Amino acid sequence: MLKKLLISSLLLTNIAIAESPLPTNSILQIDNVFTTQNNSHITLASLRGNVHVVTMFYTSCQYVCPLIINSGFAIEDSLTPVEKKKLHFFLVSMDSANDTPDTLLSLAKKRNLDTSRWTLARTDAEGVRMLAALLGVRYRILADGSINHTSTLILLDSEGRVIAHTEKMGMQPDEEFLASIKNTLKTTNQTPSL
Amino acid sequence: MPLALVIVLFIFFSTTSFAGDAFIRVPAGEFHSIIKYENSNEFTKIAAFELMKTPVSNAQFLLFLHNNPQWQRGRVANIFAEEGLYLSHWQDPLTPEPKAKLQQPVTQISWFAASAYCQSQGARLPTWIEWEYVAAANDQKRDARKDAAWREYILSWYAKPASSPLANIGSTTANVYGIQDLHGLIWEWVQDYSSLLVSDDNRNTVDADKIKFCGASALSIEDKENYPIMMRVAMLSALEAVNSTSSLGFRCARNLP
Repeated sequence: MLKKLLISSLLLTNIAIAESPLPTNSILQIDNVFTTQNNSHITLASLRGNVHVVTMFYTSCQYVCPLIINSGFAIEDSLTPVEKKKLHFFLVSMDSANDTPDTLLSLAKKRNLDTSRWTLARTDAEGVRMLAALLGVRYRILADGSINHTSTLILLDSEGRVIAHTEKMGMQPDEEFLASIKNTLKTTNQTPSL
Repeated sequence: MPLALVIVLFIFFSTTSFAGDAFIRVPAGEFHSIIKYENSNEFTKIAAFELMKTPVSNAQFLLFLHNNPQWQRGRVANIFAEEGLYLSHWQDPLTPEPKAKLQQPVTQISWFAASAYCQSQGARLPTWIEWEYVAAANDQKRDARKDAAWREYILSWYAKPASSPLANIGSTTANVYGIQDLHGLIWEWVQDYSSLLVSDDNRNTVDADKIKFCGASALSIEDKENYPIMMRVAMLSALEAVNSTSSLGFRCARNLP
């Protein structure tokens, strides 16, 4: 009897630790569903455990969006190999009408993204509105389907809390943003990638 | 009259007259917004929709909080409503009074909270263009924007100090659609507040803005005499979804069935 009690209390403790609630200021607590370039349906809770740079874009964007990805590369190039392996990227399309796992996969291939750390995703109009509101991204969808929007990179810690953000795009990473990334990576224990 | 019937009628009338949750049908139209972008059309087609007659009151929001406790002050996540600001004028999380009167419009609420309320009613926030369209009306015509008296009336509200107490919902004259309080009471959240792309610096070149907004120049206001609407745009374009102020509230809209 006592043995059974001991075992079940240990099991319950393990369950409690595994599902500890997200901190109150984690943006991962929204329940909107996102679909990745691999057609996986996830919620943002899947991002927990890894440090992420998050941004919003769309695949048919010809103007600044390609620069957003370049900015991600520039950041990677400024990291040590160990740091680079620990940093993940999560790019969400604002184009809920036209972006699909296929268009996302196509872009990932075209830009040669390391999909073990770079995830592209799409969601519905409601999800775009919610995430943009949380990230402070402003956007306007035009009649022809193109989108005018601000471009921001947001750094999330492994619990999904916003640590830093930058609107500076280009081949020279924002120094302060880069420092925040390095600092956050230093204080994070890596968990296995999903 | 049987007593039971009297009681039923009393309850019906007392709840509906205080509920203020009537949605009014707004007919479709072609609207010329005073917001211009380089790449926008002159007229926007607006489909018919429904809009609440008055803004959401403290009483209505209180009912929502009873049914959705995760939105109560003190329980809601900080990313959805700023601690210390969200409903800060309420006596406690489930008691608006004495400072916040039941029939005043609810304020100190974030876009997230406003959106959640509307969703709980099977509704949504109005879009900016829907709001601008209905707000262009006075009690005589659908587009009163060139009417000096209309502008005067609205500007006189802006001139009142922020410290004067908020009037109750339903205290202003209904416009030609039958909708009240679009002017003279509070600022109001819209669903796409973040689509108002405003230049952060007058000295920005057109190119700087095109990079900032990925291909678009910032909005310009076509009718610079329309101070009432300019103020609203300035206000909304400066807000983040989590923000709240003492004079910012909302009302809900609904698509037609």
